[in-house]
Amino acid sequence: MTGRLESALRARIEGGGKCLVPYITGGYPGWADAVRACAANGADAIEIGIPFSDPVMDGPIIQQASQIALEAGATPVSILHEVRSLDVGIPLAVMCYYNTVFHAGHERFAHDLVAAGISAAIIPDLPLEEAGEWCAAADAAGIETVMLAAPTAPDDRLPRVADRARGFVYSVGLLGVTGERAELALTATTLAARVKKITKKPVLIGVGVSNAAQAVEASRVADGVIMGASVVHRMIDGGSEAVGLFVAEVRAALDGATW
Amino acid sequence: MSILQTPGSDGRFGDFGGRFVPETLVPACQELEAAFTDAWNEPAFRAELDHLLREYAGRPSMVTECHNLSEQLGIRLFLKREDLNHTGSHKINNVLGQVLLAKRMGKKRIVAETGAGQHGVASATAAALLGLECKVYMGEVDTARQELNVFRMRLLGAEVEAVTSGSRTLKDAVNEAMRDWVASVETTHYCLGSVMGPHPYPFMVRQFHRVIGSEAFDQMNDVIGTSPDYVVACVGGGSNAMGIFSGFVDTPAQLIGVEPAGGAAVHRGQPGVVHGMKSYLMQDEYGQVSEAHSISAGLDYPGVGPEHSYLASIGRAQYPTVTDDEVIAAFQLMSRAEGIIPALECAHAMAWISREAKNMQGKTVLMNLSGRGDKDVGQMMSILKDLM
Repeated sequence: MTGRLESALRARIEGGGKCLVPYITGGYPGWADAVRACAANGADAIEIGIPFSDPVMDGPIIQQASQIALEAGATPVSILHEVRSLDVGIPLAVMCYYNTVFHAGHERFAHDLVAAGISAAIIPDLPLEEAGEWCAAADAAGIETVMLAAPTAPDDRLPRVADRARGFVYSVGLLGVTGERAELALTATTLAARVKKITKKPVLIGVGVSNAAQAVEASRVADGVIMGASVVHRMIDGGSEAVGLFVAEVRAALDGATW
Repeated sequence: MSILQTPGSDGRFGDFGGRFVPETLVPACQELEAAFTDAWNEPAFRAELDHLLREYAGRPSMVTECHNLSEQLGIRLFLKREDLNHTGSHKINNVLGQVLLAKRMGKKRIVAETGAGQHGVASATAAALLGLECKVYMGEVDTARQELNVFRMRLLGAEVEAVTSGSRTLKDAVNEAMRDWVASVETTHYCLGSVMGPHPYPFMVRQFHRVIGSEAFDQMNDVIGTSPDYVVACVGGGSNAMGIFSGFVDTPAQLIGVEPAGGAAVHRGQPGVVHGMKSYLMQDEYGQVSEAHSISAGLDYPGVGPEHSYLASIGRAQYPTVTDDEVIAAFQLMSRAEGIIPALECAHAMAWISREAKNMQGKTVLMNLSGRGDKDVGQMMSILKDLM
């Protein structure tokens, strides 16, 4: 059965468009308004980060936002509680590190996500070999677990990653952590092309997609993009209004391009 | 069958261990696992490593009987003298192994994390010797309290970056080294400094430190004709302890891993996942990793190697704690009684022995003196002001 996240992305793709999934750090002051601004300005789904004390896949911007959110008292419970009242009408995914899941317990965490109205989970430090227990709990609860495909993956690994992915396949845009880059890495489109070849699931590029032009460039190969640090950077500097303007700009660029 | 296990491809020691890393690093960990297995089984590699350990690091390290402390405490105390290795601690055993392996894998660069600076200095040393580029990440709190080691690393040609994120100690240095590795994995080997991290590190680092336990087992047999009643070592990540425990885990000796009260992963933690491994971890009610607080930069770590968690879970080793005050007293005790200035890390082991001696009267105790205290003298000058 196709889940809510994958259905929403497919609807966009089948309509000839490209998917845009912004990331917002949950618990950062004003984050709920930033999520609403994403939804109101053309996001197809939104990734909500649950801040963790040791975010090894994140660069300075998302680290900073996570730290501020934690200092403001954000917890997985408080964030999921607030998610319940967001009512943005598009699918939401959480991005969290595995200890947040493990500590809560797999079944309980999956249940908490469902109760909050979350459709999917992205756990960047839970690779295929360790994902069994979580995926069993998530599948049973109807939570779509997005798997990451990395540029370092050999050809025989990618199909296994894609098979296990629900919602979409997260094609990691570069060798490195989240953050803005001056140019889209060549590895971004190279990997996405490899992944597209072996799966019919939506393939989105994330990590290092930093502006509207890069989003368009990435979407020449992929079905769309996830934009994290560039969105969070605007939330830190200009709040939800700046987030809304940026998401609208990327949406317009994706809609204006010919594919 | 030995209690020491060779983990399967899932990297588990009982319920602990594993490989919880970003997808980008999975192939690198698999490649490292294969390369290590291959090298470890190859006589030429082992001979080259043994040669370096002997001719460069100064192995075997001796065992010293502490007559003064023995008399004072009513026990028979022996020290395994890892402080006498080149670079002043046990860390060189692992680093020579890993840097040889990195070269064999065609890597041009190593990155390392360090707490007190012992592993950073050892890494910088091995990189200088074997011609690799070296970058060391060290928490800003630690670069301040261990500035001599920062200078040593730079003198040896390494780049040292002070880490300003999080608690600015060892845990954050590991995060930053992993972030570097995610970006540089094609040319770089992550020279992890303890029996922690994703598989194969806990297993590989333990194998590189087994030499401590193997030597000590023979040395104790020569001196007392049997194994000691107690084998005691300090535990941060737990590499020196795994090294010496590995020689005695299948004997009747009681194994004691001493943790700092402010960084007691086994004693006060719960199973959790960070830095690529499932192990005991100090964390809050939501799974946020706690900041450790210890006088010793090398033990200022909220987690512990997964094999220690396993040994604790089956009751084979005990993990008591000592306070900073007990450590300061033990640091002075060993200096004055034996003329040996221990690293603050090892002073934890001494502190436990000193406190518990009343319950061990007449017993033989082997302590791993994993490093020398020269690096700590600056920090202790500000604490022991009456000596100035």
